[in-house]
Amino acid sequence: MSLNTYRAGPDEHGHFGIFGGRYVAETLMPLILDLEKAYTAAKDDPAFKAEMSYYLSQYVGRPSKLYFAERLTKELGGAKIYLKREELNHTGAHKINNCVGQILLAKRMGKTRIIAETGAGQHGVATATVCALFGLPCTIYMGEVDIARQQPNVFRMKLLGAEVKPVTSGSRTLKDAMNEALRDWVTNVGDTFYIIGTAAGPHPYPALVRDFQSIIGEETREQMLAAEGRLPDTLVACIGGGSNALGLFHPFLDDPSVAMVAVEAAGHGIATGAHAASLTGGRPGVLHGNRTYLLQDEDGQIVEGHSISAGLDYPGIGPEHSWLHDVGRVTYVSATDQEALEAFKFLSRTEGILPALEPSHAIADVIRRAPTLPKDHLMVVNLSGRGDKDIFTVARELGVSL
Amino acid sequence: MSTVSTTETGRIHRRFAALKAEGRAGLVTFITAGDPDHDTCLDLLKGLPGAGADLIELGMPFTDPMADGPAIQASTLRALATGARMTRTLELVRAFREGDADTPIILMGYYNPIYAYGVDRFLADAKAAGVDGLIVVDLPPEEDGELCLPARAAGVNFIRLATPTTDKARLPAVLANTSGFIYYVSIAGITGAGSATSDAIAAAVAHLRTGTDLPVAVGFGITTPEGAADVARVADAAVVGSAIVRRLEANLDAEGKAKPGLVPDVLGFVAELAAGVREARK
Repeated sequence: MSLNTYRAGPDEHGHFGIFGGRYVAETLMPLILDLEKAYTAAKDDPAFKAEMSYYLSQYVGRPSKLYFAERLTKELGGAKIYLKREELNHTGAHKINNCVGQILLAKRMGKTRIIAETGAGQHGVATATVCALFGLPCTIYMGEVDIARQQPNVFRMKLLGAEVKPVTSGSRTLKDAMNEALRDWVTNVGDTFYIIGTAAGPHPYPALVRDFQSIIGEETREQMLAAEGRLPDTLVACIGGGSNALGLFHPFLDDPSVAMVAVEAAGHGIATGAHAASLTGGRPGVLHGNRTYLLQDEDGQIVEGHSISAGLDYPGIGPEHSWLHDVGRVTYVSATDQEALEAFKFLSRTEGILPALEPSHAIADVIRRAPTLPKDHLMVVNLSGRGDKDIFTVARELGVSL
Repeated sequence: MSTVSTTETGRIHRRFAALKAEGRAGLVTFITAGDPDHDTCLDLLKGLPGAGADLIELGMPFTDPMADGPAIQASTLRALATGARMTRTLELVRAFREGDADTPIILMGYYNPIYAYGVDRFLADAKAAGVDGLIVVDLPPEEDGELCLPARAAGVNFIRLATPTTDKARLPAVLANTSGFIYYVSIAGITGAGSATSDAIAAAVAHLRTGTDLPVAVGFGITTPEGAADVARVADAAVVGSAIVRRLEANLDAEGKAKPGLVPDVLGFVAELAAGVREARK
């Protein structure tokens, strides 16, 4: 099959190739169709766009900077590295871009209650934030295991007025939080809007979240043209569900000169089985409303992911990434917990920026990749979140007690 | 004139025809394959028809049962912990069929274990084992190409769920390609949660009957013989799942192993439910 564009998906049934779709219980199906209708109308409504850009600029602080990391570049001695500073957004990560979009959509649809799932807590914090901003009650589902390793974010959500419900079922991490959010939604069908945090789930969520995050790539394009007079050569981003990577990549998919690298979490190493690399170590299956690559056993039972980063610890990945993987447009690699930790320390010391453990995986790949490239090679890394929330985890790994 | 024709021939069709002739509703019971272990589950399965189950739903265990409440979540995890998997589920059906040629068996669960097994291979093996129908929670009409249409072609009923959110506009899509019976989920929610009023159920069943001649079974929230009887007065069958699974759970020791007397106790509960259903229209 020849493709004129990589940016046309999904089709009307929500498919990217064989991936995506709407694999949900009948109870939710009418809600998903309503959401699709509301989003299609909002997307083309100048009033909605104006409201979005108002909050993104005045509240979130966009555009985020595209910063030339001079010391990092010098230390690695190869490609010229720029950091897309999503960690400078209000709440400290890219997640807020999507939450602003979805809560404005919820308001348009007349919904009065918000639910969300969270892994690292970044999406939970962003959701709790926009709920406080718009005065809507909010329930965040979070696995018990994640609650234990992300205490600062749990406290932040509570300060923002959210109810944080610990999830004790299954592996007690992100996938189970998503199960529990779906159970809430199926029970509260009339008034509740489910703000999904990544470019996954049943159609139209993967497309909708991607569109709300694409501002990252759109800004990067303009900023790079202004700084260097041309497009970047390589984009690098970490990937759990994949919303920050897709947000950066999507506006460049049809520019053949731009290479894209997405970095999955290899945990203790792919060979050990203790990882969260769905594309590298999984195969296609159906979970949480979409067909995508999943970590699963031969019986189709979902296998628990592992990563030092709670935000990447999910056994699936957004369906558009599965498709981009299969058609070969994006290169998918992985970085281990150890490599991410080293990258965390390295960026902190070379640039004075503490990256979250999630984008530390992207930095880990930059550390491997940049030295092999010429000095005029323009590389952009999505610094999708800041590392303050992770200092307890990092301290524990380094054997330091705080 | 119905919008869905029913040219049915299988065990499910025959069972509902027999119930109609008897002038009563049926009892559909749910247990999870392999809960609490393979052998105990098989004993239960074999005992269900004698206790009064007219149709049997057998849950296909899955790690992520998104539409299920705590009772069935725990049940499916217990089954997986004792080695349940799709091949073992089909073995249970085969073993059951050796002693019962008539009671319909419906496999119920989520799509991924079927997809991983391979749709064509699954349908062939399920049919050969004696499976009559499928209920797959996360396959709405929008995804009929995945399993529903292949199942119909293979002669396996695909039973759709209708819910309180299935409105008039959507009903034809839900009824199209459905066969065997319609399962009306009486509440918006997960299994084992609240229950609907008799009036709401009666109205919903009447609404469904405007679109189909297929039998209508009603489930979710039925926990007692009286509750089953209420449903049996207005629908063609009452489905009980979580309450049976909780009764099973009450017969487990601290390690989750079956205590002596589990099978007769659970079957005794099923007999009470069956009595409720059988007395309902008298």
